[in-house]
Amino acid sequence: MTGDLGPWTENSRRGMVQDRPWTALWRSRDLIWYFAVRDVKLRYRQAVLGAIWVLAQPVASVVVFTLVFSRLAGVSSQGVPYPVFALVGMVSWTYFSTSVTAGGQVLVANASLVSKVYFPRMAAPAAALLSPGVDLAVSLVLVEIATVVYGVGPTWRLLAAPLWLLLMVATALGAAFWLSALNVRYRDVQHAVGPVLQVLLFASPVAYAATALSGWQELLYAVNPMVGVIGLGRWSFLGTPWPGWQLLVSVVSAGVLLASGAAYFNRAQRSFADVI
Amino acid sequence: MDRIEFDRVSKRYPLGEQRTAREAIVAGARALTRRRRAEPQEIWSLRDVSFTVADGESVGIVGRNGAGKSTILKVMTGITAPTSGVSRTRGRVAALLEVGTGFHPELTGRENVYLNGAILGMSRRDIGRAFDDIVEFSGVRRFLDTPVKRYSSGMSLRLAFAVAAHLEPDVLVVDEVLAVGDAEFQRKCLGRMEQAEREGRTLVFVSHDLDTLSSLCRRSLWMEAGTVRAEGASSDIVRDYLTSGLSSPDASRALVRSGPLQVLDVRVRAAGRGAEAALLRDDPIEIDVDFDLAEAVPGLDLAVYVTTRTGVRVLDVTATDGGPVSFPAGRQRARISVPPILNVGTFAVGVWFGTPQHGMLDEPAAATFTLHGSDRGRPERVLVYDLPVDISRLD
Repeated sequence: MTGDLGPWTENSRRGMVQDRPWTALWRSRDLIWYFAVRDVKLRYRQAVLGAIWVLAQPVASVVVFTLVFSRLAGVSSQGVPYPVFALVGMVSWTYFSTSVTAGGQVLVANASLVSKVYFPRMAAPAAALLSPGVDLAVSLVLVEIATVVYGVGPTWRLLAAPLWLLLMVATALGAAFWLSALNVRYRDVQHAVGPVLQVLLFASPVAYAATALSGWQELLYAVNPMVGVIGLGRWSFLGTPWPGWQLLVSVVSAGVLLASGAAYFNRAQRSFADVI
Repeated sequence: MDRIEFDRVSKRYPLGEQRTAREAIVAGARALTRRRRAEPQEIWSLRDVSFTVADGESVGIVGRNGAGKSTILKVMTGITAPTSGVSRTRGRVAALLEVGTGFHPELTGRENVYLNGAILGMSRRDIGRAFDDIVEFSGVRRFLDTPVKRYSSGMSLRLAFAVAAHLEPDVLVVDEVLAVGDAEFQRKCLGRMEQAEREGRTLVFVSHDLDTLSSLCRRSLWMEAGTVRAEGASSDIVRDYLTSGLSSPDASRALVRSGPLQVLDVRVRAAGRGAEAALLRDDPIEIDVDFDLAEAVPGLDLAVYVTTRTGVRVLDVTATDGGPVSFPAGRQRARISVPPILNVGTFAVGVWFGTPQHGMLDEPAAATFTLHGSDRGRPERVLVYDLPVDISRLD
């Protein structure tokens, strides 16, 4: 007679045993949804002009990039008009940096929740990636309009856009797992996120093409997963050349980032409530 | 069949760890250059705690501030991992450790119900099904689409408790939630917990309200300094706990502390006599609470209450009963003079400090005292108060 009370859930030195990372994430999908709904509502409730602000940042950056990189420096844009070329890069980058910034702070921002309630902890950084998705959706409408205006799309390659999204979200989630868990332990990590992202912006092919390097350097460069993300995005939206080996390197790199981030997060979470 | 098992659970909290990466790097570099590492300080919040709770049983946990009660609940619910040992639970565990955690002031009542339900582990469908009951229980239907920041604190408390009360878990873990809210609210909460008990749910209840605790829970654990000091029928445990007093082995140390507040001493003596004199039933008595405030706390209030050995509260006075009071920073004494109205017997003095929003400290057995003498043949009565008996004809 042990059957009808169900299986034991154990909490030991290793934390709650039920926390196998990906199943926990799946089981907490409703919580992730409500966290995301909260974030979206809070962001847009008081901003009637919300959609306009969403577009202002990438558009302004594209204008500046067009003047500086295209007109002054004469950067190559792989055979498509520079403004749409930079726009796809900037839209990808904006999603990535917003998600990583929000995801990195999410546990500390919800400190009282973490110390007072048990919920699958991974739900918090995962949810932080959803609300920037609203901005992304609005931006993608602009991207499509721009490709039509510049006469470079859409083509059948647009069907590959979900893969671009998947790779981008995996990269952001891996970074958010690392940063949110590190941030609980070492509170000064969050000060480093902004400057590092700033450097990373110029180390990613947002304003220029990833093919500016050659041979092994080009592949080494693609260890930054955003190289593959942006390359794949431009191929899908604009029809620039297929990113090839660079994409493969980026996919592997993003996979390593995500798996190691999940593993670190899963190990660190047992002490979140104690140190937060 | 057991619902909950604690198997030699210990929990250590580190003190003085590096809080930033910069500090950690500096400390790491020092550790390299110096051979001996400074031993990190630590406190053991639980040490080798073992107990079981059967399915459908209600168990209370009593103990002083810092005895490890809250840590037991945090380990039981999975908020924190034990340092060693294992805690096991079966079925859905819902915890009410603090009402309203996760409520967001900018969201409406309706939105907060869904968010909070999800945080407490309900699925979207569960919440949808329970939604009307939650709203009914909370009594805030008219304000459902108003942001919670416009609610009175009582309203948001009712709504928050309503969500938690409708989780329908197999194990309900409740920590001191009855300490907040008005009498009507407390009655409702209690009713809901009794209902959960009748429905055969397992209940783990931590409270300083020992009367409620012993009426709700048949069995109790008495925690002291991270270990189970005693375990048994609630009535026995409550009586032993209340008569244990705060006999701190080291008189120079504060009895209890919480944030900027230290309670230094709680004494009961016959008015105008030395501390050694025995208390007689006919003596007016004085209760002195000596405490030290590191800083002034706005809105601070002090309550002193007297309970019988079974936890029934006979007296409860607060400093603000007579009007606003402000406590300066520093050492001070609060004195309550009690006229000779208590019958012979042993009583416990409880001390509570807090603000209307936030209870800082509640120590139901801060001191005990025994009144000696004759009870005029009526030992059952607690109060001795002569009331005239008027006799008049009915026809």
